[in-house]
Parts: sequence; C-alpha cells; structure tokens
Amino acid sequence: MGMTMSQKILAAHAGLDVVSAGQLINARLDIVLGNDITTPVAVNEFRKAGFDKVFDKERIAIVLDHFVPNKDIKAAEQSKTCREFACDHCISHFYDVGKMGIEHALLPEQGVVTAGDCIIGADSHTCTYGALGAFSTGVGSTDMAAGMATGMAWFKVPSAIRFKLTGKLPYNCSGKDVILSIIGMIGVDGALYKSMEFTGEGVHGLSIDDRLCICNMAIEAGAKNGIFSVDEKTTEYMKNRCERKPVIYEADEDAEYEKTYEIDLSKIRPTVSCPHLPENTRNADELNNIKIDQVVIGSCTNGRMEDMEATYKILKGKKIADNVRCIIIPATMQIYRECVERGYVTAFIDSGAVVSTPTCGPCLGGYMGILAAGERCIATTNRNFVGRMGHVDSEVYLASPFTAAASAIAGYITEYREA
Amino acid sequence: MNTQGKAFKYMDNVDTDVIIPARYLNTSDAAELALHCMEDIDGEFVNNVKKGDIIVAGWNFGCGSSREHAPLVIKTCGIGCVIAKSFARIFYRNAINIGLPILECEQAAEEISAGDEVSVNFDTGEIRNITTGKNYMAQPFPPFIQNIIKCGGLLASLKEAEDE
Repeated sequence: MGMTMSQKILAAHAGLDVVSAGQLINARLDIVLGNDITTPVAVNEFRKAGFDKVFDKERIAIVLDHFVPNKDIKAAEQSKTCREFACDHCISHFYDVGKMGIEHALLPEQGVVTAGDCIIGADSHTCTYGALGAFSTGVGSTDMAAGMATGMAWFKVPSAIRFKLTGKLPYNCSGKDVILSIIGMIGVDGALYKSMEFTGEGVHGLSIDDRLCICNMAIEAGAKNGIFSVDEKTTEYMKNRCERKPVIYEADEDAEYEKTYEIDLSKIRPTVSCPHLPENTRNADELNNIKIDQVVIGSCTNGRMEDMEATYKILKGKKIADNVRCIIIPATMQIYRECVERGYVTAFIDSGAVVSTPTCGPCLGGYMGILAAGERCIATTNRNFVGRMGHVDSEVYLASPFTAAASAIAGYITEYREA
Repeated sequence: MNTQGKAFKYMDNVDTDVIIPARYLNTSDAAELALHCMEDIDGEFVNNVKKGDIIVAGWNFGCGSSREHAPLVIKTCGIGCVIAKSFARIFYRNAINIGLPILECEQAAEEISAGDEVSVNFDTGEIRNITTGKNYMAQPFPPFIQNIIKCGGLLASLKEAEDE
C-alpha cells in the first residue's frame, strides 16, 4: 500500500519505512511554534514538569502576534513571560514588536519553515505551512511544551482526502473562495482527523499566497493538516529564502484516499461564509442587501501581499461607504513596509480606511475592531463563531479580500466586478 | 475512577470561542478564566455547575482554536467528564494532555437530557443514566493514550519515561 504526502513525511520523521493510517508514532520535529497566548501556558507546563533546557534553540519559534503591541496590562505580562523565556533559552526565532508578523504569514516569509518539514504549533492555523509541502499541524500548549523539551511529538497517522484541482480561478476569486467552497461542501468536520491533500494541474495556477490561504483554513474543516504538492512555484518561492534545504515528498501512485474530490477552479464563485459557522457558505451574489458596519482585511488567512494588492486595486481612488469602518492589517512588517513603499497605505487612508501594524487583534475578538451588539462585519479572517469578533449578538461574514473590499465601498455584501 | 453529576447538554460544533472567549485570554490563570466558561452560549453555566457534573454534546465538540485554555476551564469548573458524539482533534489531544476525561459515545450523547443524573466509570467506559436507568458503553482509549491519562498528563508521562 502506498503512502500519501503527509504519511511519507511522518514516516521519515519517525524513522520508519512505512506508516499507515491509524498508526501511533513518535516523530521528530523540525519546528515547534507558539504565540503570546499559548506560549505562557507552555512555559508554565515546561517549568512545572521540571525541564530546564530546550531541545534545540534554532528549532523553536515564538511569535508575539495576538495581542501586540500589547492591548492591556495582562497581555503585556504574557508577552513578558514569552520574552523572558526566549531570552533565557536563546531562542533564535523569537519575534517581538518591530520584527513580528502574524505567525503563519511570518514563518514562510522568513524561510523558517520549508518543504518536507514536520511542524507543530500551539495555534490551530499552523496547518498553513502545508502550502510549501510540509506536514504541519496545530496542537495545544502542553504539546508545545513537550515538543520544546524533547523535539518529538506523538501522532496518529492520518488518512487523507484528496482534492484534485483543475482549471483556473476567475479574476474575482482567490484561494479564499476555494477553501470556503470546500468547507461549504464537506462541512466543519468533513475532514476531521484527516489530511487534506491538494494536487492536480490546477495547483500550478494558484499562487503561493493562495495555497497558504487554502491550507490555513484546513482546520476549519476539522483537518489535521492541509498539504500541497510541490511544484516550480514552490521551489522558486523557497529559493534563497529557506534556512534549511527543502525535501520534496510526493504521494505514491497507489496511495489510499478516503475520498477524492475533483474541483474545477474555473467554476468557483466569490464565496461568503454566513454566521455562525464557516460551512454556511453562499455565493456572494445570492446575498441581497446585507448591510455591514465593519470590514476587516488581514489575518493569518488573508493579510499577505497579494491580499493587499487586491484590496488596493479595489479601494484606490474610491471611498469606503458612509457608516462603514474599514480596518486593514498587513500581516507582517515586511508586507506593511511594502504597502507603505508602493503607496497602498496612502490610498487606503484616502479611501477612509485605517491601517494597523500586524496583529491578530480583531480576528479573535481581542482588540482593534470589536463589534457591538447587532453589528455586522465582513472579514477576510477565518472564523465566524458566535462572539468571535465581539458581542454575542454581532455577526461575522467570511470572504476574500476582493469581496471584502468591494463590500466596503458598497456598504453591503457584494462580489467584486470589473468596471 | 468515576464521576457522577448532572448533565449539561449542548448542540453540535461547540467551539472553543464559546467555551472560553478570546477576549479573556489576556491571562492564563485557570481560576480567573473559569469564571467565563461557556458564557457566550450558556450564561448560567458557571452559576449552576457543581463538581462532578458532566457536559454532553453533539458532533465536533471543541472545534476552532488550539487554545488549551478550553479544556482547562471546563476541568477547573469541576466538570468530571465530557461526553460527545465526536471531538475536534486539537481539543481531543489537549483534553488528554491536561487530564480532562472525555468519552465518545454517540448514543449516550443523543439520549441523555439536560439535568439527567449521570455516572461514568472511566476504567470500563460505562456511562449510566441514573435518571432513565439506561446504560451505554463508550469507545475505550488506545493503550498509548491510557498511559498518558494514567500518568496524569503528557508531560508527566514523558518525565516518567525519562526516569525509567
């Protein structure tokens, strides 16, 4: 029996020739990640258990991104705990204010993660790095603590669902519309415990930013990981960027998949997830006159350069609708700087939007755009659960940057159409 | 090991944002966080929950964020066990790692009503609905996971392995 991409990476990291779905293994980790919310809990567990050193200071990444620049005293204390731990253990990939970015945009950009890696992160969207052909999955703080101490983690080898992509996306769609459509089709537990493996000739037409966005939301279908086959675009992206040599794994011809979906990308339409689950998807043009109070463009899902380009294309020379607040958050300092240099920030401000330094803030209802009762937001973020962005009686609609920016100008949810 | 108490019943896809809203995650103090457990779907939960009580829910319990604060606040509130039709994978892992007992049992999750008195035997996986007199058997954990639970969590099990 052949192995899937994910299974091959896991086998290699467990020192085994072959693994099969359901098998419990102990695997070596290339990167262990945490953020300012999950790391303090991990640090506490690490100390409580009596560990005094990390397995490899080069293989741990700690990114302060959720509540920084710190939103309040308690958040500042949590950042301080992370900072002190990073300093005590000489953690080389520690990213504080000024250097930081939203972790899942930052680590690929900085070349910390690469193809063939086995990665755990104490953040559910750690599945993002599968876009580069890595096995990468979200865990909790105790797993992070154990990973930091031993460089190992236990896994149940996942079975897989294959998505064979063909065709090319329409001009007003992005990776976000692909993944929202898939979640709408299979449901929020449609890939529970499984890998989502994306292959097929349609992959080549998707940018790396599209692929990062698609893998980012694999968790929203319950998946253990999302992963793309590596092609020339991936190799080009990783060249002169990744610290470690990429290792490319391909699924065996006879790899077993629980199911295969054929997805024609040319049939994807601008898609919106309605409250309060990501699976409640509708085509944007089916939603009539849903007025919005706020727009958020950013997050680990859609705060990358192409997302800013799409936003600029739509907002440039236009005005945000009256009574709509538009918050734009480039995901890393490098993207932020690029937006300044290209004149995007000026265009965004002229349109009536605000532009923040990188933070997860509004996506998880932390700060920087909290909703009041009865308010409605269209966001390029990843979750629209009850109370996710503020009051329990507020609503979040998930969409691509194209749809969110077009809606910001219209004042109600609408898809982007070229004039 | 056993627990017995009153059942709190919830629907499918109970997510970590309603178990513990992120707006409170500026602290990792379990007792402080526990004051807000389930508050966005059940404002009365923290006032009514007693030690040993049981949460019963549908499919995909604990979906969403990786925050370990979610199983932690449930445990800190005194909940003795969560019974669900299925668990989201990170929640499942976190619950085991921190020592919150969880059981997958579709029929029990379907049939137990809010307020029923329920007892659970973790050694056998037997769930008894004392109110209705009906018994159920949950899926047992694989031995590897049983060992983590027996040691009192993941780090304790690693330490034990290291000392051997």
